[in-house]
Amino acid sequence: MNFTFRNKKISGILTILPAHEQKFVDDMKNFNFSEARSLKLKQVMGYDRHRLVTGGTCASDLAIFGFRHLFDQELLAPDSLDGLIVVTQSPDYFMPPTSNVIQGELGLRHDMLCLDINQGCAGFVVGLIQAFLMLEQDSISRVALVNMDVLSRKVSVKDRNSYPLIGDAASITIVEKSEGGAPIFANSKMDGTRREALMIPAGGFRLPSSPETAVLEDVGDNNFRAKDNLRMDGSAVFNFVQIEVPPMIESLLALAGKSVDSVDWFMFHQPNKFMLEKLCDKMKVPYEKMPSNIVEHFGNASGVTIPTAITFNLGDRLRAESFLVCLAGFGVGLTWSSMLLRLGPLGFGGMIDYP
Amino acid sequence: MLKGIRPEFDFAASSDFIADGLLDSFDMVTLVADLDKTFSISIDGVEIVPENFKNIETIRALLQKHGITT
Repeated sequence: MNFTFRNKKISGILTILPAHEQKFVDDMKNFNFSEARSLKLKQVMGYDRHRLVTGGTCASDLAIFGFRHLFDQELLAPDSLDGLIVVTQSPDYFMPPTSNVIQGELGLRHDMLCLDINQGCAGFVVGLIQAFLMLEQDSISRVALVNMDVLSRKVSVKDRNSYPLIGDAASITIVEKSEGGAPIFANSKMDGTRREALMIPAGGFRLPSSPETAVLEDVGDNNFRAKDNLRMDGSAVFNFVQIEVPPMIESLLALAGKSVDSVDWFMFHQPNKFMLEKLCDKMKVPYEKMPSNIVEHFGNASGVTIPTAITFNLGDRLRAESFLVCLAGFGVGLTWSSMLLRLGPLGFGGMIDYP
Repeated sequence: MLKGIRPEFDFAASSDFIADGLLDSFDMVTLVADLDKTFSISIDGVEIVPENFKNIETIRALLQKHGITT
């Protein structure tokens, strides 16, 4: 499904990372593999260190910390928000929505629309599409899109498929109406028949958590996890990405009438370095135009990896410069979504640590 | 190259590396990275499937598709 938006822009991006950092060489001790195999994996996949929450920190804690930073620095006025979209797979509760939790904690005004979206690695693009749709309303001029996840709390430390790459983080992206400027193009596809490739089997109403669902099981390839843990079929996800993403980008660029060469940056979801380099090879995109360093430095925090890639790799340049950027997210659902937009100059763009 | 990835196995004694547990999905990725680097090729992401890494013959056939004869 294609989308075209006009007279809208991203005006600021803030990434919030837990200060606690864990190193892959320490994680290796939990895996039932030789040190040589783990080190080879580190090199090929780009694993090195990841940021993880500690104790009972929730995703909303990171987001609230980020909003308070923006308010304190006078980079964002609380009363200027007409909408709050929270994209997460790690809500505080089944109910109420976490967007309402954040709204209440921050004392935001009642005359606004709060909305939770259960999405993962495609969640930044899906959230932007939803935010731009909301901005079509006369009554909505500015929306805060929050992407946030603390999925390390749901990953088995003895699961080498998932644990080395997982990261926790939140991002706050402000989108608003803007006169003029280039149109924004997007597309999104979903396939629920492949939903089991990425899932947390237990904990919902279909299979409530119980002592049985908490038991670690040998799931093959020397990995151990419980039904309460995140499960990723790495091979299925890898093949899904390699098959679906290149034609999606080709279709997006055709919709926009742009070439690969005309795009300044390809800011893609960050599952691992190997997967991104394979996409580059297939799409004839130079490696230097598609950063693949987020798993290495921070881990993969689902829908937060794209804003992290933007703020980490472009940083202060976004305050003064403008770039044609192609975004792509792909993962749980299965969902694959992309967007082409001109990004910058931004009112704010950066990263902060949650202590 | 296979011995470098899993030195504990005798690959010559197996006709199906995947079914016999000699290579897992991460080993396939590691092997592809090694093959790409050694032969200066880029094996397509969609080719990284168990069928292409079942045994020496299937790996050789994959390399031949990329102009490499061994």
